[in-house]
Amino acid sequence: MPIFNRQKVRVIKDKLARNAMFTITILSLLVALLIGVGLYLKAAPILHEKSLWHLLTTTSWKPFKGDFGFYPFIMGTLWVTGIAIVIALPLSLLTSIYLSEYAMPQVRKMVEPILDILAGIPPVVYGVWGALAVVPFISNHIAPHFIEYSTGYSVLAGGIVLAVMIIPLLISLFGEIFRAIPKELRDASLSLGATDWQTIKFVILRKSVPGIVAAIVLAISRAFGETIAVLMVCGNIPIAPKSIFDSGYPLPALIANNYGEMMSMPNYESALMLAALILFVIILLFNAASRVVLIRIERRFSL
Amino acid sequence: MKGRLLEEKIVKMLMRATTLIIISSLFFIFIAIVRRGLPAMNWDMITKIPGGGFYIGKEGGILNAIVGSFMIVLGSTALGLLIAIPIVIFINLYLPKKSLLSDFTRLSFDVLFGIPSIVYGAFGFTIMVFLGMKTSLLGGTLAVTFLITPILVRSMDEVARMVPRELYDATFSLGATRLETVKVVLRQIAPGITTAILLSVGRAIGDAASVLFTAGYTDSIPTSLGQPAATLPLAIFFQLSSPIQEVQNRAYSAAFILTMIVLILSLAARYYSRKLSKHKI
Repeated sequence: MPIFNRQKVRVIKDKLARNAMFTITILSLLVALLIGVGLYLKAAPILHEKSLWHLLTTTSWKPFKGDFGFYPFIMGTLWVTGIAIVIALPLSLLTSIYLSEYAMPQVRKMVEPILDILAGIPPVVYGVWGALAVVPFISNHIAPHFIEYSTGYSVLAGGIVLAVMIIPLLISLFGEIFRAIPKELRDASLSLGATDWQTIKFVILRKSVPGIVAAIVLAISRAFGETIAVLMVCGNIPIAPKSIFDSGYPLPALIANNYGEMMSMPNYESALMLAALILFVIILLFNAASRVVLIRIERRFSL
Repeated sequence: MKGRLLEEKIVKMLMRATTLIIISSLFFIFIAIVRRGLPAMNWDMITKIPGGGFYIGKEGGILNAIVGSFMIVLGSTALGLLIAIPIVIFINLYLPKKSLLSDFTRLSFDVLFGIPSIVYGAFGFTIMVFLGMKTSLLGGTLAVTFLITPILVRSMDEVARMVPRELYDATFSLGATRLETVKVVLRQIAPGITTAILLSVGRAIGDAASVLFTAGYTDSIPTSLGQPAATLPLAIFFQLSSPIQEVQNRAYSAAFILTMIVLILSLAARYYSRKLSKHKI
């Protein structure tokens, strides 16, 4: 009989553990929902007063007067992100093609840790680097060729810093996508007399278009949300930038910069939480869409 | 015929160039940080808390920020593991190989991983206001826990997925319950847990946006969970925005300290993930 009891205890323990783990898993899945609801409740007061469309398209940001126009910040975010992608995409695409198709294993073994380290550098250190190196470089060497004067604190500086930050992410995603393409496809193309580059151009890249798009969307959403590094180099003037040498004021920087003073003014906190909500919703959708595409790719080829 | 070989050569050169540019960007960053940070380094930086007049360039260090950062990181990693390990075990051991719930869990943590830290910070702040909490060590720890749990789950799950299902079947056939099989699973994913911890510590210690609203900043070392805590990234950020050169130099040396910590963590992650793989089947 005691043996039987011990068996029972073991089974009960197992059941209890299962239920506990199940609960934790389900609760963790509710976090995203909780964030969305929490931010929405905070943003609701300002949404009651003005329409979302009005807030997104007006340009005047004067919290003292109750004007909360997000347009300059949205444009700031778009400029910085756009520049970052324009710089990072060709660099990381070519590099990851090189690493996966051309480079010897030894080269790959050398480059991978470097990319890991690059991915691990904290945003604030990127910001320091931006302020120390990128901003003066733009002010002294790039801007004088195009315009009279720029302090260097510009959307271009933000874009360059962001580009370096998203390159490791892009390279690792691209690498995974290229690795998922069956070797047979390459062999078929090569045996028809195509050069390596022709094979890449006509077979590999063409096959990986959905994956590449998904990776870019993922990188865009990473760039959207980056706060401190961008805040430190963009200049933060709430006017929509007109050229790459203008200052910009991306949404995350707006949230981070105005914490503290926001408590005293009506609707200010609500406006900032709306900014966070906008970021959250866009990034959530972008991430979910691109992850679904990437998971499909992985499955299609791994079976 | 010649054209395409020429094209091949040009493209290959371009690729080598881009690879070189990316590699050298790391060295540019290091050189910039070391060149400005190292000269400003001294023992006071890491052994003293800010003295009187610290922010106009007088003596003191950033021990408060170093200790604050480590407290937050330790607390949030411990909390994060408490949440992440059961999830990883549940979706890998308790759920069947093809299960909607495990697919959905993986997808949601992938998505949560992409949520920027400023959103976690803002969300953490809303919760703290709701609960009537002030900026504190506890608040910062909770916000960072939100930030790193997806990293922990994702990187541990990647290893756990690779554990052959036959291994579980072998333990089941010996009469073990699933809970008892957990020991076997943990042994198998030990390298994964270690790298996951090192990865998330590296992310947590360097993140500024999540602690900005939630942990606050203070010149002293917190002695309880309810007190605000300084953190390294914020120490860099605040000091860099000072107009005084002395204080800015401290920001550079703080950046140097943070970079070194993160570098060591990253190298350790590589080393341990290899070394601990010996029990793996």
